[in-house]
Amino acid sequence: MTEEIIIAGFGGQGVLSMGKILAYSGIMQDQEVSWMPSYGPEMRGGTANVTVILSDERISSPIINKFDTAIILNQQSLDKFESSVKPGGVLIYDGNGITRHPERTDISIYRVDAAEEAATMKSAKIFNMIVLGGYLKAKPMVKLENVIKGLVKSLPERHHALIPLNEKAIKRGMEIVRTVHEPSLN
Amino acid sequence: MKEYVLMKGNEAIAEAAILAGADAYFGYPITPQSEVLEYLMAEKPHERTGMVVLQAESEVAAINMVYGGAGCGRKVFTSSSSPGISLKQEGLSYIAGAELPCLVVNVVRAGPGLGTIQTAQSDYFQSVKGGGHGDYRLIVLAPASVQEMADFVGLGFDLAFKYRNPAMILTDGALGQMMEKVMFSEQQPRMTEFPEWATTGKSPGRERNIITSLDLDSAQQEKFNLKLQAKYRKMEEEEVRYELIDCQDAEYLLVAYGTSARICQKSVQLAREKGIKVGLLRPITLFPFPKKPLKDMAPNLKGILSVEMSAGQMVEDVLLAVNGRVRVEHFGRMGGMIPSPDEITGALENIFIKGTDHG
Repeated sequence: MTEEIIIAGFGGQGVLSMGKILAYSGIMQDQEVSWMPSYGPEMRGGTANVTVILSDERISSPIINKFDTAIILNQQSLDKFESSVKPGGVLIYDGNGITRHPERTDISIYRVDAAEEAATMKSAKIFNMIVLGGYLKAKPMVKLENVIKGLVKSLPERHHALIPLNEKAIKRGMEIVRTVHEPSLN
Repeated sequence: MKEYVLMKGNEAIAEAAILAGADAYFGYPITPQSEVLEYLMAEKPHERTGMVVLQAESEVAAINMVYGGAGCGRKVFTSSSSPGISLKQEGLSYIAGAELPCLVVNVVRAGPGLGTIQTAQSDYFQSVKGGGHGDYRLIVLAPASVQEMADFVGLGFDLAFKYRNPAMILTDGALGQMMEKVMFSEQQPRMTEFPEWATTGKSPGRERNIITSLDLDSAQQEKFNLKLQAKYRKMEEEEVRYELIDCQDAEYLLVAYGTSARICQKSVQLAREKGIKVGLLRPITLFPFPKKPLKDMAPNLKGILSVEMSAGQMVEDVLLAVNGRVRVEHFGRMGGMIPSPDEITGALENIFIKGTDHG
């Protein structure tokens, strides 16, 4: 089983760290993993994306242009990556700031309004964990317990007190994610 | 129990060097390899093993500090990216000419000049054909995963000391920046005894050790050059490393190293799904280059596509290895652009099967 994921949004949204936690979660369940950022002259407010691959087999190319899942956090990324989801794949997006919503009919589309929920929960920092929760619900490729183990590994020890809040955010994301479209099975 | 950690390629090099018992690192920051220096500074290896980490005032200073440390018989290394490696070429020629061991890491970015910070493989010629002046060679290792980034640090030091020759890890920005899981080997102690040629202070009982690359007597200098060449031939006989993937029944062969080799693995899968019998030869040592396996495979192949993020540098060594026995073409992207797996499969089809592209 191989899951090829693109996570894309603005710099500062926690795109890279969400990818890192996901990759660590894969290691916790004995998978092969790769984490390939778009690195460039980018800064806070610019675009950021990362390709994460989880696989039971040796990973060939860490650089790919078709994805099983796209996790999309802004309009530019939706415009750029909607067409890159493999037929039958999954697209999860945050509706905040989206003026042109996804239109594909051959993929499953889920919406998780994480920015809004993070504001309700009064912590902008947990935005990416709410999104991650939405992904885990829509596509349970990694177990929640392994994500928590991944969090422990990827967060510096001084931030470990925040793990319960992150876990709460992930669970909240699992609750609020909703199905926008699922391709018919026939 | 040892466990996997998730790490960037650059960080893996830094950690592996501490664990390999390196005595010193001298470097100067440049994207996309700055994490080597950053990791070492944050990790404070002087508290773990006594290893020195020093940010030099320039790349030229760093390579000459390496020259000095190597002259003392110590395990020393430096790292940089393309423009910085260009600055180190004089030092590398001197270190090769003085027959000293050291490790140099080049996390390649696109050139020429300052180019861009994005990944490329356009420093192949510089790495395997000299770079600096004079008839010398580096031992050049090309990792294709974060695990190999770590493993080749120890291997590079071992080969450098075995042959008294500078070794280079030639990698690229993508491998430096990406994270994969990596398992490190045990901590090696730093050396406590040093080679007999090292300039560690003359004791009363022995001759002076002199480290120099200068010999004004032409006959002597030629003799020394012949000795170097014999050393390089020995490397060619004993140190060639490569990996074959899906080559048993291959009619077409991709040849690629580093990040391109990873992408080509996927291209092989895609081509085979279409029924095209493609294999991949991944050179692990770029010098010495795996000439013999290419020569031996050539008669059974319909075509070889050398894939490199350059205008076509390694392809010249592939051409020399097969010496006209089979058609060889190059495919690559430049300027920081990375070819996609299906772009490579498409190039293979267009050049060799459909004949719509003449390579």
